[in-house]
Amino acid sequence: MAEEIGRSPNAPIASPASLLSLRGLTRRFGGLTAVDGIDLDLAKGDLVSIIGPNGAGKTTLFNLVTGLDRPDGGEVRLDGQVITGFSPERLAGNGIARTFQLGRVFGNLSVMENVLIGAHTRLRAVKPATPLIGPLLELGLALLRPAAVKAEEEQLRDEVRGILGRFGERLLPRIDQPAYSLSYANRRRLEIARALALRPRLLLLDEPTAGMNPTETTEMQALVAELKAEGLTILLIEHKLDMVMRLSDRVIVMDEGKKIAEGTGEDVRNDARVIEAYLGHGLSQPAADARETAA
Amino acid sequence: MSSWLDYTINGLILGNVYALVAVGLALIFGVSRLINFAQGSIYLVGAYIGWVAVVGLRTPLFVTIVLVAAISALVGLIIERFGLRPLQNSVRIAPLLATIGISFVLDQIVMLTFSPNPRALPSQLPDIRFQIGTGTIGPLDILIACIGITSALLLFVFLRYSKLGWAVRATAQDRDAAMQMGVDVNRVNQAVFGIAAALGGLSGLLVGMYYNQIDTAMSLHATLKGVVAEVVGGAGNVPGAVVGSLLLGLVESYGVAVFGTSYRNLFAFLLLIVVLVFRPNGLFASAKQAPPEPLTGTFIAPSRPVHIPRWALLIAFAAFALLPLLPVSSYVLQTLINAWLFAMLALSLTLVAGTIGQVSLGHAALLAIGAYTSALLSLDFSVPVSISIICGGLMSAALGTLLISPSFRLRGHYVSIATLAIGEIISLVILNWETVTRGPIGVSGIPPLSLFGYEFISAASIYWFSFAVMVLLALLQVRLLGSHIGRSFRAIRDDDVAARAYGLSLNRYKALAFIFGGFAAGVSGGIAAHLYSYINHETFNTQQSILALTIVILGGLGNAAGAIVGSVALVGLPEVFRIAAEYRILIYGIVLLLLVRFRPQGLLGTI
Repeated sequence: MAEEIGRSPNAPIASPASLLSLRGLTRRFGGLTAVDGIDLDLAKGDLVSIIGPNGAGKTTLFNLVTGLDRPDGGEVRLDGQVITGFSPERLAGNGIARTFQLGRVFGNLSVMENVLIGAHTRLRAVKPATPLIGPLLELGLALLRPAAVKAEEEQLRDEVRGILGRFGERLLPRIDQPAYSLSYANRRRLEIARALALRPRLLLLDEPTAGMNPTETTEMQALVAELKAEGLTILLIEHKLDMVMRLSDRVIVMDEGKKIAEGTGEDVRNDARVIEAYLGHGLSQPAADARETAA
Repeated sequence: MSSWLDYTINGLILGNVYALVAVGLALIFGVSRLINFAQGSIYLVGAYIGWVAVVGLRTPLFVTIVLVAAISALVGLIIERFGLRPLQNSVRIAPLLATIGISFVLDQIVMLTFSPNPRALPSQLPDIRFQIGTGTIGPLDILIACIGITSALLLFVFLRYSKLGWAVRATAQDRDAAMQMGVDVNRVNQAVFGIAAALGGLSGLLVGMYYNQIDTAMSLHATLKGVVAEVVGGAGNVPGAVVGSLLLGLVESYGVAVFGTSYRNLFAFLLLIVVLVFRPNGLFASAKQAPPEPLTGTFIAPSRPVHIPRWALLIAFAAFALLPLLPVSSYVLQTLINAWLFAMLALSLTLVAGTIGQVSLGHAALLAIGAYTSALLSLDFSVPVSISIICGGLMSAALGTLLISPSFRLRGHYVSIATLAIGEIISLVILNWETVTRGPIGVSGIPPLSLFGYEFISAASIYWFSFAVMVLLALLQVRLLGSHIGRSFRAIRDDDVAARAYGLSLNRYKALAFIFGGFAAGVSGGIAAHLYSYINHETFNTQQSILALTIVILGGLGNAAGAIVGSVALVGLPEVFRIAAEYRILIYGIVLLLLVRFRPQGLLGTI
């Protein structure tokens, strides 16, 4: 098959059931190979976690999958279709949603508006797919607002209230406040709410509990477990190993751009290469745990 | 007729002069990721200090050079200390606006001190030419080359062998790491601004001597040329800036040889746009660089807009609508007509600069497109004025968006520099495309405003017409802001990376913003053309772009009501207080600086 040219010869063939499959994905920055020939399969409904020391290439891998960065080699498939090098806006349209490690909410938009942006790819009535004059029609419809456009907007707003309701009393009371006024933890929650509004087929979470205290972390863990139970396919980057062990179907360990281990939490925990990777970075496994949990 | 060798020498000499400006810009960009729009103003200051020294004090050449370098460096230090250092921790738009404001204040101070009339700046060197092959070279050419090479050597030694030079290079490479290692970033900034200003001032002196003429309009073009050279060489790349300057000098010199002087600046600006679009990292950047760290932190100041109750808006509307019925002088009405025209421009700019975050400095060009379209349609094709004005708006929306579209892929400061250049290109095309635009003569005898055969002659009728159009455009804009498009614009402004990750196409929405904003600006220009009855390529200039920007910042970025309030305040109040026209631009510049420093969210707040 034409698509298979350029694939490393001994890479496993993508299993038909996998929603996301990466083959030999590589990204170099100058002399540094940030992501080095990563293979990964994610079946529908699975939750796979990626762990590894800082600088292992986890976020770069996310950027490659979501189109914010282009790979130097390898292939990304979503549901069997090659999506390597697609623009982020096109990938969002294909149902990939992500959160950002540093929390990138739209500061001057209200909580409601932030989540509505998440539903942008689902706008139909106000965004006709007509080629060429589509943008002008969109401008006209936004100004005139016929009944169908109003109904669509109302329905999305209702849905946003529903999504925000999943976070208990954290976000709903602040629905009209600008996002810059939210606490750090609430911004992380808002990012997830925005991602859910896209109704993703694949959700990538980049350290959703960073900077959260133990109570907040437990809450977040319960929410991610809930999403998994609903059948959402999730790729998770997380440093809190306790949460990783509880939630993941499989764990992938990265170090210096390479996948050094893959398996269940238990397998990975006892893998000699994993322990060495952490020790090699000057930290024993328990010490690393303690540090990440304290962070 | 001069030979090709002459044009080459001329190009290299020009390149040398541009290099003095560009190297300063590159140094500043390197340490603070800032395009210093005031660099051209320092060049202007240098030229006038030189004039005072040569003509007034009759100093010998060497003393003149030292004097210009020293005083220019002092000006640079003052700009750094009082203009930029207080903004170190503010949003990214603040230093950009501050250097624009500083540039206008400096230009105006020079203009008020020395009058805008050109002056001669003799070179104090013997007027002889040496024959070299088929070309000739004069002592001034040699002097410029010597100063260029000496400055480059001094700079090289400074950056390579002095401790402060190391600190400069370290800061340019990684500011945070440098600070952690104990580098005093304030001292680095000071050093860089001082050096950049000394070189910029020298450049002004040499150019003045080269053409034996200086005038106050040279500042803007110096900034643009310097930025072109710097961007061609790769932003922040000091040797690249030198090569870029020489290249620019040669391109201009050969271009003038082939096409004539009136096209001189066109080459520079086209080169800029081409490089920005195809090689945004400059000609010498390696193709694959590590991508810049994701930009976090917002571009504009976070704020909550001031809520204006509906009844207050209605009262204000009624008061202004009924004003002509009261016994007010036609002078008041004329002032307010002017304010309404500026309000339309400000509505347009607040949408593109405030709502979607593309700080356009060439916005007056949209006025010009609308004005020329409407004037020429009504004159040459007898189109009724009311329709020709709408056509002007549509033309501005279509053509303006098309011309500005190369800047869509740029960010922050580059958008400003690109739009400034595009504005200049439009003005140069109007000047040179004589068969259509009538070139430098301008368009005269433009028919007055009329609607359905009724001509608006009285001040009251013109007032009502412009007020009604402005209110209509404002209401449309408020409606747009309340739609999903308004939300999308603001999301792109706040974080374009996250916006793309959620499916927002930057090109699509930037184009829509310029289409909508271009229409408002084009209508404003169209009305102005029929009001003035005469327009030329200088009727709509950078000063109007800057005034519009000040209005937008005063009112609050993206705030439609703020744009109107700002227009009445900045166009109306100077009239009320009878401030002489020549002081106004100075005041606008100072207002801009004070706002950026003390109330970045403007009067009514960012939306």
